[in-house]
This record gives sequence, C-alpha cells and structure tokens, in this order.
Amino acid sequence: MQSSNPETALKDKPLVIGDMRLNSRLLVGTGKYASMDEMKSALEISGTDCVTVAVRRVELDPKRGENILDHIDRDRYQILPNTAGCFDAKTAVRTARLARELIGTNLVKLEVLGDERTLLPDPIGTLEAARELVSDGFCVLVYTSDDPRLAVHLEQAGVAAVMPAGSPIGSGQGILNPNALRILMELVSVPVIVDAGVGTASDVAVAMELGAEGVLLNTGIAAAREPLRMAAAMRDGCTAGRQAFLAGRIPRKLYATASSPVEGVIEASNA
Amino acid sequence: MKIRLNGQERLLEQIDSVADLIRSLELAPEQVAVELNNQLIARSQHAAVQLTEGDEVEIVTMVGGG
Repeated sequence: MQSSNPETALKDKPLVIGDMRLNSRLLVGTGKYASMDEMKSALEISGTDCVTVAVRRVELDPKRGENILDHIDRDRYQILPNTAGCFDAKTAVRTARLARELIGTNLVKLEVLGDERTLLPDPIGTLEAARELVSDGFCVLVYTSDDPRLAVHLEQAGVAAVMPAGSPIGSGQGILNPNALRILMELVSVPVIVDAGVGTASDVAVAMELGAEGVLLNTGIAAAREPLRMAAAMRDGCTAGRQAFLAGRIPRKLYATASSPVEGVIEASNA
Repeated sequence: MKIRLNGQERLLEQIDSVADLIRSLELAPEQVAVELNNQLIARSQHAAVQLTEGDEVEIVTMVGGG
C-alpha cells in the first residue's frame, strides 16, 4: 500500500545479491573509456554501487600504464570481476579463481562465450562453469541468453543472480525479446539483471519496467558521444523504469478514456 | 633458466621464487595473481614457491571491462 508521504512513497529497497547490498540498480562496466578520469566521472555520475572489471595478463613492459585498481575506490564500489573473453568453462573457472585471489572477492560475473563474432553465451559451458564455481564457494552472477529454461537450470545450479542479455554484447540493440524476459523473470526467484545490449536510457527503463532487479551496461555509456551525459541518462532511465514498475502501469486499452469529467461540459453552440 | 611467462619465452637470471619474479617485473604484488603450470599460487605462497626450467607462468591483473 502506498504512503501519502512523498518521501516514503518513493522509497525502494536495496538490491541484495549474496553479501552485496546495492542502492543503485545500475551496474556499470569499466571498459572502453577514453581515460581513467573519464571512467571515474562516469561511474560517479551513474550513481552505481557495483562496477565490473576484467582479468588480463599484465603488461610485461615496466613502462606499462596505470592500473585500474588505483582508480576504483573500493570503499565506494563493489568490484565484480568478470570472465569475459573465456570461451570454455575451464578457462572461465580459472579466471574466476585468479580474480578471487587478486582482489579477495567471491563475487564473479560468469561469462562463457560461444564465439568471437557473436559473443553469445555458450549455454552448456556456462552451466558447467556455474556448477563448478558455486561448489567452490563463489557468489555467481551469470551472464546468459534470455532463454527462460536455461535460467531455471542456472538457478538450480545455485547462482546468486541470472543476467540475461537484452541483445548481443555491445550491440546497442536494446531489449529484443521482452516476452522471453518476462517469462524468465516469472520462472526464477533469484534476482534477474539485464546485461548487455543496452544502447540508451529508454532501453534501461524498458528492462526495469519489465521487472528486472537491475541493469548492467558498459558500452552504452563508454562509447556514447558524451559518456558523462549518458551516464546521467542511464541513471535516470534506471530510476524511472524501476519506479514505473513499482508504481504499476495502467493497462493498455484500444479506446480512449477521458481524463477530464464528462459531466458539466457547456452545450455546443449551433450559431 | 628459461620459462614461459604470459605465453612468451623468458630468460630469468637470479630469480628463484614467484615473489622474485614479481619484484623483477616491478609489479605491485597486491595487484596481480599468479598461476604456475595452471595452478593458482596464493599470494601468501609467492615467496615460498620456486620456479624451475620450463615452467609456465601466468601473471594477471585487473583491467577495464564489462
């Protein structure tokens, strides 16, 4: 039941995944920014509480650039390491273990991809790696397709969150199959975070209006013409969509319904 | 001694342990994780684990990503 107090009427609960409590439902990637400064500003403006990073071989040249870990305030942000770039379960599991050792987190965004051109998740490898990582004590947020039955299998494997793609990674095509996402969200009880394919603020809003618990995006902000402005837009899109979902939209109707009273209209003049 | 470091052949001199290797590369130990022959080496073991001829070493860190 809604409160008539404007402050409490707009309150939302945090998104809880494992030990992580997120007040912002936007999770933001740290890739593709023009500079560390731009990344830091974009993260700040986006209002995110959780940022993703990738695990890669160190540059062996001592004149290597700055390390991203020097630019992420760990008191401010939860760091969610990903297994991006892994094309088999074994490599993804190794990558997750390296990440855990590196920053002492049991959180992992599991990605097992099928091929480099589509970057579509490989369902078999993803499920296999999810089982292995859950049994090794990881809090697994799993990137997957929008296939509802696969999401059920992943939930049964013990993942903490299911993260279906709205559309292919970095494609900016938005939410291609809202119906599949709706069914998926009905079938699983762990949080569902729409991950990948988000091109603009309305895509985030659509995902949140569908009932997603959060949205994870990177390219949509980092590759926008003005990343900082887009970070603000994504933040607002997320809040707008979430509030609209909680508020409950009106049903779609074929015919008009007047919003002004139909009684008391002055008589039409024949003159 | 010759090892493979991040997929490249590398000749090491006066380096015995994983910790020595990290130091010689001027890496911050808290910003890397190490695998030796596909086995994760905990940071607490870097000083104790010795490298030998033909070892395959992976040293990784975090980078920007989605």
